[in-house]
Amino acid sequence: MMFVPGNNPGMMADAHIYGPDSIMLDLEDSVTMAEKDAARLLVYNALKTIDYGDTEMVVRINPLNTPYGRKDIEAVVKAGVDVIRMPKTETAEEVKEVEAEIEKVERELGCVGRTKIMAAIESALGVVNAYAIATASPRMMGIALGAEDYTANLKTQHTPDGDELRLARETIVVAARAAGIDALDTVYSNLNDMETFRREVELIKTLGFDGKSIINPRQIEVVNEVFAPTEKAIDKALTILEAIKEAEAKGSGVIAVNGKMVDRPVVIRAQRTIDLAIASGILKKEDVI
Amino acid sequence: MKTREQLTAQAAERMGKPVYDDANRAKATEQKLDIQKNSPKLATLEEAIRKSGLKDGDTISFHHHFRAGDKVVNMVVDKLAEMGFKNLHVAASSLQDVHAPLIEHIKNGVVTKISTSGLRGDLAKEISMGLMDEPVVFRSHGGRGSAIANGDLHIDVAFIGASSSDPLGNACGYSRSENAKSICGSLGYALPDARYADKVVILTDDLVPYPNTPNSVSEHDVDYVVEVDSVGDSSKISSGAIRDTKNPRDILLAQQAAKVILNSGYFKPGFSIQTGSGGASLAAVKFIRQAMIDQGIKASFALGGITAHMVKMHEEGLIDRLIDVQSFDKVAAESLKNDPMHKEVSACEYASADEPGSATHYLDIVILSALEADVDFNVNVLVGSDGIIRGAIGGHPDTAADSALSIIVCPLLRGRIPCIVDKVTTLITPGSTVDVIVTEYGIAVNPRRPELAERLKAAGLNVVDINWLKDKALSIIGTPDPLPFGDKVVGIVMNRDGSVQDTILNIIE
Amino acid sequence: MEIKEAIAGTLESGDIMIRIVPGQKPGVDINLSSSVAYQFGNQIKRVIADTLAELGVDGVTVEATDKGALDCTIRARVTTAAVRATGRDVWR
Repeated sequence: MMFVPGNNPGMMADAHIYGPDSIMLDLEDSVTMAEKDAARLLVYNALKTIDYGDTEMVVRINPLNTPYGRKDIEAVVKAGVDVIRMPKTETAEEVKEVEAEIEKVERELGCVGRTKIMAAIESALGVVNAYAIATASPRMMGIALGAEDYTANLKTQHTPDGDELRLARETIVVAARAAGIDALDTVYSNLNDMETFRREVELIKTLGFDGKSIINPRQIEVVNEVFAPTEKAIDKALTILEAIKEAEAKGSGVIAVNGKMVDRPVVIRAQRTIDLAIASGILKKEDVI
Repeated sequence: MKTREQLTAQAAERMGKPVYDDANRAKATEQKLDIQKNSPKLATLEEAIRKSGLKDGDTISFHHHFRAGDKVVNMVVDKLAEMGFKNLHVAASSLQDVHAPLIEHIKNGVVTKISTSGLRGDLAKEISMGLMDEPVVFRSHGGRGSAIANGDLHIDVAFIGASSSDPLGNACGYSRSENAKSICGSLGYALPDARYADKVVILTDDLVPYPNTPNSVSEHDVDYVVEVDSVGDSSKISSGAIRDTKNPRDILLAQQAAKVILNSGYFKPGFSIQTGSGGASLAAVKFIRQAMIDQGIKASFALGGITAHMVKMHEEGLIDRLIDVQSFDKVAAESLKNDPMHKEVSACEYASADEPGSATHYLDIVILSALEADVDFNVNVLVGSDGIIRGAIGGHPDTAADSALSIIVCPLLRGRIPCIVDKVTTLITPGSTVDVIVTEYGIAVNPRRPELAERLKAAGLNVVDINWLKDKALSIIGTPDPLPFGDKVVGIVMNRDGSVQDTILNIIE
Repeated sequence: MEIKEAIAGTLESGDIMIRIVPGQKPGVDINLSSSVAYQFGNQIKRVIADTLAELGVDGVTVEATDKGALDCTIRARVTTAAVRATGRDVWR
């Protein structure tokens, strides 16, 4: 997930060409109070106009306890955003409040249920409530760690090795897995230290995270390399896709591998594994087709 | 029997030659170092101009190895104006922002004709608006070399800035003395001028004792040597087009270009490569280097504008030889001076279509940049999207035509300006010579190269139709209005074979 | 509708700065300076005029300094400037 400041039209216009899985247009921390209105309109018009292709579009809104949060929701839901990212989430109630606001706008538009929610956890209370937050709404698709605010809240500092984040990271992954949603790690902001960045991505992959937040396109390749699927995963995915072809050839709606039924998410994940493998140059297109 | 004296006299008569006379022969016995100070070739600029026999309407030539740091063009043309010359034809290998003072000389009739590879800055803008009556003639570096060699471009007096010269005219783009003031490395673009011009004047800011060897310009070709304060500011040779990029879009383009090369079928032991001066093509070199190390592949030579990146790869043993017509930075210039495997070549040896031995004929891969390309793969590197001349042809069409694989790296959009268009504003490099165009939205392969498209697709690269790219651009930016061109021809683009390829019209403000 | 002077946007590449000044007469006057004026000047002016018309803003002079902004950016900046100039938000 690539962070893009919501008041920077130059960066918003072509963020998708670098191939991030998702783009987060930010209305919160990267936008000054005086420019909140401008950024909101910019994000609204960009989402309505720019063809971001298959990229998942996320907008980080301002909290509802500010004068901006509700307007942010109205604007981005009207613009058809995929996911609203809540900052500094601490309780399940906050998620429900946001959900209600989203629903209000969606009802007007006649598209109830379209907009998903992701919550950023950036405080001790948020970490303690991680599972409740993760399960607060059927719209919840992921939870993410926001390390800067979290370490400040813990009365410590963000260190390069990230020892202070251990509990938060593990809690968030466990909560996300228990809730059946995605877990996303925090950003790494030193663009000139790709080695430490790579170690951090390796660490969070081992911990079980589904992805990493990034602040610059230059970081994408490292994340893709680290998250590139293993040979075993690729073999499994190829077997599944093979089975689908067979089932299609036979005209059968049921897909089975080694006698076990395969349901849709598994198929989707298999396809994603293959896409990742091609993207990272492990597989060639002709091997698949 | 005739005496030997009689026989000698007879032989002389038969040959129409005088008999040798030993009377009044003196031998110079002073210390030779002192004699040099009185070399008959040493002159002030004004003396050199007078002695050269230059007259109104003649052609004078310059090189651009100091790029934005050049001081020779302005110095010489100022002097010619002061001496009252008119109607001169300036035939430079290229002209830069720094040559804006030529505008006044054009207005005053000192300069009435220009031949060059490129124009930038205010001079380019004024000319685009119709400053000159006579259109500027644009040639590629290889095309200029050919034109000088075959007489299409006859030079009366060449003024060649050199970082060192001895009093006899053995000159280099660097100096080995302690008083070195400047360095530009290769003098490749000046070598045809030195060889074929009627008169050759070396201007140098480091007059060194004979013999200034190894030398690139030979005393044999030089008529006058002029000592000046400065021929150029070396700190500016890597300014202008050359930059090391942190721009993520350039890095993305570079990565894609590198992937094209690695999967093209040409990335094999002994391959040869040239890269242009754009940020993306320079960045691509870094990716290629890594692949060469990983796969244990070495290149036989790197050609062209040589950069610090190329020098590093040569020193690491990844590239066997460097062939250098122009040194793109100080590291390259120093390497040319110190490393015998780093060879200086003339524009003719570099890229002449007429020389079977020119290096481009042995080039596998070239990465080039572009201002715009069209759906027929034609490329423009000279005229901007606003109709104003803002670039240089350089070796673009030469290397595209002769290489086995030419790759153009070009963003689909620069701000709101589309770079993949229906028809290029000015035709510089014909589409028949362009194989691949890499953009941030996808890679287009010339339909003439289906086997290449197959290889790239098989490697998982995003190969798209060039028309799709053009449409994509329009869907993002809308349809641009046509440029307000007038009907005065301000520029003529020559093909490297000497034919006239395109014309540039004046732009109306 | 009372209109006061307002500015939106920046001079960064890909952006446009819009300054709305109350005019003396009805209609919309647009002074555009753009890095892509030759090719997109008319289109930019049209987007500015259309956006203001949709918002019902009239009797103003617009000074626009464009750095290659896309239409969606121009619409956003004009709307922001109009909201700031009129004090009437487009959101609840």
